[in-house]
Amino acid sequence: MKEFVIALVGQPNVGKSMLINAIADARLRVGNFSGVTVEKAEVRFVAQGHSIKIVDLPGTYSLNDYTQDERVTKEFLENEPYDLIINVVDTTNLERNLFLTTQLLELDKKMIVALNMMDEAQKEGMCVDHEQLGSILGVPCVKVSAATKKGIGKLLNRAIDMFQFSHEKSKLIYSDVVEEEVAKIVLFLEEKRYKSAFTYRDIALKLLEEDVKTYHQMRDEPLWLELSLILKEALEHLYLHHESKDVSEIFAQERAAFAKGAVLETLTCKKCTSSNMTEKIDAILIHKVFGIPIFVVLMWSLFQLTFELGSIPMEWIDMFFVALGTYVKTIFGEGALGSLLADGALSGVGAVVMFLPNIVILFLGIALLETTGYMARVAFLLDGFFHRFGLHGKSFIPLVTGFGCSVPAYMSARTLKNDKDRLITLFIIGFMSCGAKLPVYVLFVGAFFPQEQAGNVLFLIYIAGALVGLIAAKFLKRFVFKGVDEPFVMEMPKYRLPSLKLIWHTVVIKAILYLQKAGTFILAASMLIWFASNYPKYPEIEAEYAQKIELAQSDEAKASLENEQAKVLLEKSFLAMIGKSTEGLFAPIGLDWKMTVALESGLAAKEVVVSTLGVLYALGAEVDEESEGLLEVIQKEIPFASAVSFIIFVMFYLPCMAASIVFAKESGSYKYLAYLFVFTTMIAWGLSFIGYRIALYM
Amino acid sequence: MIMLSEMNPGEQGIVSKIDAQGELKQRLFSLGLRKGSQIKMKASSISKSTLEVEVGSTLLALRYEEAKMIQVRV
Repeated sequence: MKEFVIALVGQPNVGKSMLINAIADARLRVGNFSGVTVEKAEVRFVAQGHSIKIVDLPGTYSLNDYTQDERVTKEFLENEPYDLIINVVDTTNLERNLFLTTQLLELDKKMIVALNMMDEAQKEGMCVDHEQLGSILGVPCVKVSAATKKGIGKLLNRAIDMFQFSHEKSKLIYSDVVEEEVAKIVLFLEEKRYKSAFTYRDIALKLLEEDVKTYHQMRDEPLWLELSLILKEALEHLYLHHESKDVSEIFAQERAAFAKGAVLETLTCKKCTSSNMTEKIDAILIHKVFGIPIFVVLMWSLFQLTFELGSIPMEWIDMFFVALGTYVKTIFGEGALGSLLADGALSGVGAVVMFLPNIVILFLGIALLETTGYMARVAFLLDGFFHRFGLHGKSFIPLVTGFGCSVPAYMSARTLKNDKDRLITLFIIGFMSCGAKLPVYVLFVGAFFPQEQAGNVLFLIYIAGALVGLIAAKFLKRFVFKGVDEPFVMEMPKYRLPSLKLIWHTVVIKAILYLQKAGTFILAASMLIWFASNYPKYPEIEAEYAQKIELAQSDEAKASLENEQAKVLLEKSFLAMIGKSTEGLFAPIGLDWKMTVALESGLAAKEVVVSTLGVLYALGAEVDEESEGLLEVIQKEIPFASAVSFIIFVMFYLPCMAASIVFAKESGSYKYLAYLFVFTTMIAWGLSFIGYRIALYM
Repeated sequence: MIMLSEMNPGEQGIVSKIDAQGELKQRLFSLGLRKGSQIKMKASSISKSTLEVEVGSTLLALRYEEAKMIQVRV
């Protein structure tokens, strides 16, 4: 069965993602491929016996490829195979949206216009004659509302209808001036009985638009001699009329006029009370004086909530895994298998799963920030400030995304047009601590600071990371990526309450991905760490201790001997060998080989940092502290100054492997990845050193 | 005729000339900011470094430097 491919195209903030969810609803799996290829999301499902694939393309204001993500859309539309375009437009902002539609019409593909946000438009008193709009555009228009799910079935039926029928060419009508000149050229070609695969109208338009390929073709024709004269005259007329010699500008004007005309003819306002909700909210949120403080307070609350609310189920999860570990040992015994499962797999995975509540709250906050329209306001507020540090206001968006995960953050930096601005942003995204670093902070902050201060310390860690990021940006702009500033032009979308379902969906997907990672990658890594910390075996040492324990008088002495044995064996393990080989590098910043190994394994994924600590400290504390959680063990085993140094190092060093690969891809070169490694390591080491020395005196 | 950058919040007019070149001009164009558009100054950030304007039914944020390129007939 042939699969039909639908390309979903629209300007940003018109509800494409919401529409895709409404269409596909429960009937399918949403494939949001985490990792390297999230640029266009794809959804597959079966409807009325047809298998359909919808490709959700990045939002674009026009097909002029201004930014990199817009280029993705343009390239897909021009080069990839697809059967139908669904152009999603925001009905409440029809004229601007139709500008893109006019460009899409020129692609000469089957197309449907989905008039989205119909519910909102009706509330504002707008009434659109979709039949008439359809006949003006030459493509069917369907009224839909992704939010209330009205018209979705109709849209789908229409799309399936379109697959069956052959394509009819739509006709964009230009102003009289252009049409007159087109008519002249067409007449000439007709008189000459010129043979071509294209229609005369197409050729005429292409010539007027100065399409290079068409010129190449026509120049070789005998009729060129006469045609060129007609063309010259035609262009002169256009120049005169539009007061410009820039043909692309002239045609942009033409398309804009067409869009305006179409709106004039089809949109009637009964009362047209454009809602001033946005205005009212903006009066507060982007207030000259209060705007930034409000933002800071909101962020602070988010981190407070992350810590406070997250710590409640965290304890239960921790206790659950400790109990499970003990239980597993009673079944599988204290031997290698029991230890592998309890001290390796369960300790490692448990250490990561424990932080699921924190992660969920953080992602919920970021999702709210992204979907309500507040993000653009913050970019507006911070642009002046950012500009001083050599960053673009829009850099704010990838940077905030970076608090969730660096991978999508690196990708969203594509919305920055200027390559240098983009590189600077890419280099400092890692300083915005990602969700996977959160467990490390929560663990250490929980262990070393009183409960009531923990949220503040957490907030401070994030703010400090961001500030160092800004300073680093200034440095890069000043000395490395010098260049002119990119203009700052950005839409401020209307405030919208995000659909609960979409938010729920995003957060659930994040949670599932996190658990999946814990159950696969982290599980394997934990077992590997366990193996590396338990082998090679030293039978002589074990025999020696067995003898000593045998002879010990009290239970207390036995316990301490067993403890000693575990420590001695751990010190001789493979892991210790690795850690000790690089220990010298980390000794000045107060880290022992265990912490060193945790940092090194964190290069694979930041979650591994805590799982490694979990395994290492579960082993060291095997004998008498079995019932204790990781937090208490850390508290006992690690000095405060070393903990500070460790946190600082984690804040700034190289992001995980997946992120590093995406970084190399987005920056365009592995050379930059090498720079990033040197850059981040130097900063991490330097600041850890300072932090360690200061903490020693505290 | 004044420059957009000199307008105060609440003032409105019609765009009469855009001095931007190439891509920036195209960008403004596709966002609906072009010769003949209705424009209204809404708000500005501290020290007027960033401005919020309303064009048609779209809210846009611009820097002071970009607003200096846009001429408005009040």
